[in-house]
Amino acid sequence: MDNAFGQPQNVIVLGATSDIARAITRRLCAARARHVVLAGRDPSRLDEAAAEARDYGATSVTTVVFDATHPDLAGETVRACLDALGGRVDLVLIAVGELGDQSRDQDDPARAAAMMTVNLTWPAAALSALRAPLVAQGHGRVVVLSSVAATRVRPSAYLYGAAKAGLDQMCLAMADTLDGTGVTLQIVRPGFVRSKMTTGLAEPPFTTGVSEVADVVVRGLESGDRVLYSPPILRYVFTILRVLPRRLWRLVADR
Amino acid sequence: MTRVALAGWGRTAPSMAEVLTPTREDELAELLATRPALIARGLGRSYGDAAQLGGGVVIDNRGFADVGPISPAGVVTAGAGVSIDQLLEASLPRGWFVPVTPGTRQVSLGGAVASDVHGKNHHRDGSFAAHVLSMHLVTPTGARTVSRREDPDLFWATMGGMGLTGVVTALTLQLLAVSSDRVRVDTDRFDDLDAVMAAMADGDDAYRYSVAWVDCMTRGSHMGRAILTRGDHADAADLDPGAATLAAPRPARLAVPLTAPPGLLNPLSIRLFNEAWFRSAPRQRRGELATLSSFFHPLDGVRDWNRLYGPHGFVQYQFCVPATEGQCVVDAITRLSSSRLPSFLAVLKRFGPGDPGPLSFPMSGWTLALDLPVGPPTLGSVLDELDELVVAAGGRVYLAKDARLAPERLAAMYPRLDDFAAVRARVDPEGRLTSDLARRLNLGGR
Repeated sequence: MDNAFGQPQNVIVLGATSDIARAITRRLCAARARHVVLAGRDPSRLDEAAAEARDYGATSVTTVVFDATHPDLAGETVRACLDALGGRVDLVLIAVGELGDQSRDQDDPARAAAMMTVNLTWPAAALSALRAPLVAQGHGRVVVLSSVAATRVRPSAYLYGAAKAGLDQMCLAMADTLDGTGVTLQIVRPGFVRSKMTTGLAEPPFTTGVSEVADVVVRGLESGDRVLYSPPILRYVFTILRVLPRRLWRLVADR
Repeated sequence: MTRVALAGWGRTAPSMAEVLTPTREDELAELLATRPALIARGLGRSYGDAAQLGGGVVIDNRGFADVGPISPAGVVTAGAGVSIDQLLEASLPRGWFVPVTPGTRQVSLGGAVASDVHGKNHHRDGSFAAHVLSMHLVTPTGARTVSRREDPDLFWATMGGMGLTGVVTALTLQLLAVSSDRVRVDTDRFDDLDAVMAAMADGDDAYRYSVAWVDCMTRGSHMGRAILTRGDHADAADLDPGAATLAAPRPARLAVPLTAPPGLLNPLSIRLFNEAWFRSAPRQRRGELATLSSFFHPLDGVRDWNRLYGPHGFVQYQFCVPATEGQCVVDAITRLSSSRLPSFLAVLKRFGPGDPGPLSFPMSGWTLALDLPVGPPTLGSVLDELDELVVAAGGRVYLAKDARLAPERLAAMYPRLDDFAAVRARVDPEGRLTSDLARRLNLGGR
């Protein structure tokens, strides 16, 4: 169960091997997460993440392997995760995503489709599989990792940005439909985060490490705010960037 | 099926449940025999998640609302959904007071059993269980009447058992004879914690009721300054003829209409309140006459006062430690005041011996209760540190107040969990009785 400080005990992490997901998992385990399910693509990296979760305080950790390019199996993956917790979950973190390589992907229909599948279709399918069980248990929280890229799609990463924008918008509306069910859905919009996903890319202003994102998520679980920015100042920065005239936006975004 | 969002008095971590109000025992028995997950709820005054159950059935016990006649010896049988307030309305005009009352009259008798509540007289009269002669309880395996002689294991497991052994429908209670509705109160003000604890250890035995309010926000030499109030029921023969009345308490005349904005209760406002409270007390006053409600239930004068804590709510942290571990109280208040977390006047009291209930909270020694608004990011970890202090001192936290204990600390605090589990396995083998609290702490098996 969640406690008074929004610290969950039974946790599912979908996309558990990313650096951001691992940083959040460490924080949750150090607080109250005791029964944890980690789902991801790479079994050996899942085992690493599981060992780390135990080190930080989890008493039972289950790993589930899935492939986000197969959204038709998302329902099965979600069921396996719920079953591992005896059907009771306090928090589901959805951290599935792939940044891709725009210059390569934009001329490759299969890659362009895969970017949509991994970043939007699979998470959307997983959310649909989660909805009814969470509503039935009368409590529970979902945190979805979106991106500031979803607030205004950058030409230089339009496949990633558009997929995140779709997911972000879907979640905002889905959160409204959950009012009165005891279930909440929050989205996190991190800026540029130093991690293995972004190795080698130039760092824009307001770049942070993964631990700052984890801090924002942990605080957000207590406050319950629907949209979380990391770092928080990006809320204001993107309020302005979103309405910049296109020429100015391109100067800033594709610098 | 419609569901209702339920939370404890601290208004943290709500969940949705189907609320049903059976009024007959057979209806209740059928629910308990057929529904997979249930818990009883009274007036929702436990602070945490004890009387809520996400996705399950919450049984509102107010369907059991009869108050029987009071015998010449002061024995009464009442429905578990009767509140102490309603009981007093019937009993006080006839000269009978409740033998144990918590800080509010707005608790149901069933809730008082589930939490084995204590009052300012615990050092002398024990907790609520000490005055319950018998009770009728419906379990998933049938209804039964239990007492110290009939199925004592179930009787005691139910005392403080957080509703996990069955739903109490009625109980028979020994009331306390009083000849007036006044309490004669002695008040003393102390500039530091050591002084008030010494005074309580020395002098409490001379009073039926004793409690101290401690300021946990002052640091330095005045850390833990306190107001100690002690008293006993005033004898009508000693009162002016006009003052010797037996009137039932009046309902609240004030109410908090809306949830306050976050941060209304902040370090500054709470410090100012504590300061005003401390300064308003006399250094020493003897024999002041107070009404029963102002002495026992001062906060009942303001309905929904928990809304003052804003949308994120508050937690109450209450622990007890053995009498030899008074230093733990000092350490806890030191830790709290140095963390600069806002906390309202804390309640400090001495407990007498505990009772045989495996989950009953009180133990001979000290108890401290703190009201803390949710919000400061360090609050969770500071309370985890206090848990460590309490466990090291051989103490425990009060489950009726809890909303945040880590499950792995429970066994050290309640070493007789196995006895409790054995009773549950007998009366509720399928584990139908559960609650968000029970799930969080694994109180009844996962």
